[in-house]
Amino acid sequence: MNPKWRVWLAGGLLAAVIGAALYFPALRGQVEKARNLTEKTAEQARRELLPPSPATSSEPRVKAQMFWGSTGTDATLVPVSVELPLSNDPTLRAKEILNTLLAGPVDPETRTLPPDAALLAFYILPDGTAVADFSEALATAIPSGIQSEQLAVDSITRTLQANVPQVQRLRILIHGQEVDTLAGHLDLTQPFQVNGMALQAGTSRSGVSVLTAPIKKAIDKVKGATKHQ
Amino acid sequence: MLSVALLGLALVPGIFIDGIRATPQTPSNPQSAQQTAPSSVPALAQTPGENPPRTTPLREAPSVGLNIVVLDPGHGGTDLGARGTEGIRESEVVLQFAAQVRRALEAQGFQVIQTRESNENPSFDDRSARANAQRGAVFITLHIASTGLAGTAHTYVMPESPAPHDPSGLILWDQAQAPFVTLSHKLGDLVQAELAKRFKGSPDMSQVAPIRQLRTTAAPAIAVEISSVSVEDRADLDRMIPGVAEAIAHGVAAFRPSYVVPVMPGTPLVPQP
Repeated sequence: MNPKWRVWLAGGLLAAVIGAALYFPALRGQVEKARNLTEKTAEQARRELLPPSPATSSEPRVKAQMFWGSTGTDATLVPVSVELPLSNDPTLRAKEILNTLLAGPVDPETRTLPPDAALLAFYILPDGTAVADFSEALATAIPSGIQSEQLAVDSITRTLQANVPQVQRLRILIHGQEVDTLAGHLDLTQPFQVNGMALQAGTSRSGVSVLTAPIKKAIDKVKGATKHQ
Repeated sequence: MLSVALLGLALVPGIFIDGIRATPQTPSNPQSAQQTAPSSVPALAQTPGENPPRTTPLREAPSVGLNIVVLDPGHGGTDLGARGTEGIRESEVVLQFAAQVRRALEAQGFQVIQTRESNENPSFDDRSARANAQRGAVFITLHIASTGLAGTAHTYVMPESPAPHDPSGLILWDQAQAPFVTLSHKLGDLVQAELAKRFKGSPDMSQVAPIRQLRTTAAPAIAVEISSVSVEDRADLDRMIPGVAEAIAHGVAAFRPSYVVPVMPGTPLVPQP
């Protein structure tokens, strides 16, 4: 082969290698993005289709207390201050608060509720009893157990207690239905006391929360175990 | 959902023979409840209004102490309970725990009734009925958690709530646990203290949680939950079995003097302070 052609060939190959090196990272990014889109669950899609946050940016931003898990192995619930635009209307305020709780903390290890769970409806009756209707994921994706179920309900009731004083009691429905238990243990047939009395769930004899470890790992394991069924 | 079924536990004359209730009244599955009666229980000897039975006069046996433990391995059947990534299933593991707890309790002189002994799933009400059909019984439901510090054990009791007072002396099925909550706390603390001695990191006292299974149980009732199905090696859970069994047996034995139930017709089932 003519030496001149060899130079041209080597140059062409070098250009191809450089081009591929530049293109592959971008291609990988696109593949990752596509995979994330396909992995989105029906529950997540439904959450995105839900009406937008009732509070608008015109609402005053106030500090709300969210109760998420602490980072220890045998952790308790800890209050975390979050600045949110909150409505003065107790129903809208409670919806915003619960949606923030469901969206989860910055550190996913301290999450108390399954990421796929969504708030479908929320009402406050004249006697102060609130009814919160959650999607099925709250019951199916929560790790089964007294500790983990108590952690989930306690994070909901304590967060409402801290931010919506009008809610006296909370009744939890799953997909519009009354159910016996959250995931086999915690009783959902009775309302939970929120304000005005000691909490029914999640309190020790001294009134201090004694709930246990963050449940993200356990949620992941539930998902893994379910997949293996 | 809110059934208004009543437990005919307190004031029905003539249904108690030698201090043991012979005809349990349960709304969900009376047949199942009757099968739970100990084999020593005689057949119903009279109907209300008839002469007293030929057995020992009631006044000679004014009370009955704790002699029966109803042991409830949670879940079962299609309800697997908590599941670990290593293939551990709560519904199977609790049966192994229950077998050894049973032996330890029997060694302490208790009669043990299990709500299930194989892979079946009685309803919450049917499980409660096994205890509600007895006098002088306590109820212990066994569970394995998904979470929590591995190698620890927690005892749970129902929250305090005002006991509904029915003028007839009957107890509402849906609130059957309410009159027993104080006793349940005492039993829970005794068992938890024994567990804390054996399993480092476990709390010293029982904890409060509204547990569906306990709510309809008309007896001192506790839930014991072991952490957890998430252990890397199944042997870690198996090693806990003897300690859990011993702790429960010692705790229940320590509770025995606290629980004396009147048996005279017309006296409430709930022990008086």
